Amino acid sequence: MTSNGLLSVKDLRLYFRTLKGPVQAVDGVDLTLRGGRTVVVVGESGCGKTSLGRAILRLLPRNVQKYTGQIWLNGLDMMSLSDEQFRKEIRWVRLAMVPQAAMNSLNPVVRVGDQVAEPLLIHGRASSLEEAQKSAAEVFNQVGVPIDFLDRYPFELSGGMRQRVALAMALVTQPDLIILDEPTSALDVLTQANIMNVLKTIKKELGMSFILITHDIATSSELADDAAVMYAGQVVETSRADQFFREPLHPYSRLLMASVPTLHEDKALGFIPGHPPSLINPPKGCRFADRCPSRFDKCSEEPPLFTVEGDRLVKCWLYA
Amino acid sequence: MNATMADGVLLSVRGLHTWFELRRWGFIRVGHVRALDDVSFELRRGEAVAVVGESGSGKSTLAKTILGLHLPTKGEIVFDGRVVHGQEDLRWYRSRVGYVQQDPYGALPPFMPVQRILEEPLLVNGVAPKERRLSRISKVLDEVKLTPVEDFLPRFPHMLSGGQQQRLVVARAMILEPQLIVADEPVSMLDASVRVEILQLLRGLQARHNLSVIYITHDLSTVRYFCERVFVMYAGKIIEQAPVRQLVETPRHPYTQALLAAIPDPDPTNAARIRAVPAGEPPSLLHPPSGCRFHPRCPSYMKGICEVEVPPDFEPSAGQLVACYLYDPSIEQLRSEASRA
Repeated sequence: MTSNGLLSVKDLRLYFRTLKGPVQAVDGVDLTLRGGRTVVVVGESGCGKTSLGRAILRLLPRNVQKYTGQIWLNGLDMMSLSDEQFRKEIRWVRLAMVPQAAMNSLNPVVRVGDQVAEPLLIHGRASSLEEAQKSAAEVFNQVGVPIDFLDRYPFELSGGMRQRVALAMALVTQPDLIILDEPTSALDVLTQANIMNVLKTIKKELGMSFILITHDIATSSELADDAAVMYAGQVVETSRADQFFREPLHPYSRLLMASVPTLHEDKALGFIPGHPPSLINPPKGCRFADRCPSRFDKCSEEPPLFTVEGDRLVKCWLYA
Repeated sequence: MNATMADGVLLSVRGLHTWFELRRWGFIRVGHVRALDDVSFELRRGEAVAVVGESGSGKSTLAKTILGLHLPTKGEIVFDGRVVHGQEDLRWYRSRVGYVQQDPYGALPPFMPVQRILEEPLLVNGVAPKERRLSRISKVLDEVKLTPVEDFLPRFPHMLSGGQQQRLVVARAMILEPQLIVADEPVSMLDASVRVEILQLLRGLQARHNLSVIYITHDLSTVRYFCERVFVMYAGKIIEQAPVRQLVETPRHPYTQALLAAIPDPDPTNAARIRAVPAGEPPSLLHPPSGCRFHPRCPSYMKGICEVEVPPDFEPSAGQLVACYLYDPSIEQLRSEASRA
């Protein structure tokens, strides 16, 4: 069993029950992350990347049909924990999250300083409110929010500042790993660059590990050490970031990369014809086969993950 | 302006102001939000321009004012040599301008099938008989590649994918054979792989019908592929206009320079460097800063000059207009005067 590294996910499955049948949002995902590194999970909307993040943090809706697989955090088998143990020992203690559109997820009627201090009180990391607020002030400093904002309400802050507060809330308990779900997609270009600078600084100074979930490939390169590409509920490629951004392997990753416009260099832009398959009844073989330019007979069977160039994994028969 | 230039001009916007009145308790006036403050430009036939800026810079207000959805507080819009003023003009003008909205699902009526959605503008503008309307509809659907046409006619918007919905929005904008298309963030709600498809479709239509296009976006990286010229907006004003390549290669305004520096290309070396970003946030449009609106954040701020008067447009190189005193030919003189004062 691979329990080395900070986080190790093996054959994770998360299906949702619907009237039309089970939606296979996450279907057999493997992912490993070493401490102090960042893995970006990229993919189009509906590919299951947000569900993957929520499955790791066990933030599940009520209509879950299947939730299986193995998740190891620092050698601890998280799937063996009960929900109550998970809540007490893992969530927001060792594993935190900045949710999608985090700036709108703050409680509008609680001062931001108190919101950031709250996890410390709940998890018994601080004995008094004053102590917790002192820690909150320190974290505000780290993410670049002026200390006098502690007493403000969310509506008094700009979008960028609210995003920083949400990040502060994830950092305050000093977790081992933070899952960032589209942390900058609703922000302006300059604010986005600012937040990315903050994340880079935190990563360097605190040695924080991140899982960055995003559809924005250009921005993801700002933080990535490793990259994982998701398509229709499955990870189709994992590579080191420098290899991935220079030369993606899977035909889907290649087309995806070719559709990213670049500002500073000329290139011919492409797009991917067709649309992703339904996750209710996904195709039997390779799920990308219908849209793939290099499809051949073998593609009607599901490809396993092939190892290429030492440590890259690709789910495609081309690399058999 | 000489006559030869005027020939090629389709839309001319002069000194456009759109201010929104702000009231307290419904009747006490407390000021104006100056969403658009003295904007002028010209758009030639068959030309695509992009308007880029952050949220709150006034780019959507500009689009809606041009479309006649907001009435300008001051200034005029001249379309095809005719000043647009009053209901009669507006009716004539609107049938010649197409609008591509940001969110395709929100822009399409959920209870109408494709045929009805496309027939409505034709009915409103009195296109008869029915056969003529139907042939126009199938021609437009064919142009946006929603084929086979018969399959799409009875479908409702929710039965289409995001990309197909946006094509339908484009088809609706094209149905009256307009001369100008205003596209307000047409691809920001779509996935990366579909974006390019829609933008290429718009580009193709533009070339085929010699359309003028105003493409509103916050994403500068798509601009170079689809437009000839770019206007950069900041706090309700156009601060720089230039041909795309010129703007990307030699941005002049300090704000444009910051904007370009902040946009990443997919490159693994990005992770190793911290980007220089001007501190602060765009100003409130209720009480914008005096003089140049960027001066409180500007790295090249010149005391005694920038905050005093609004900079006019300077032309440091042909075709590139910049509203910044750095490009004033007499800047040295101004500087010494400012330092003496």
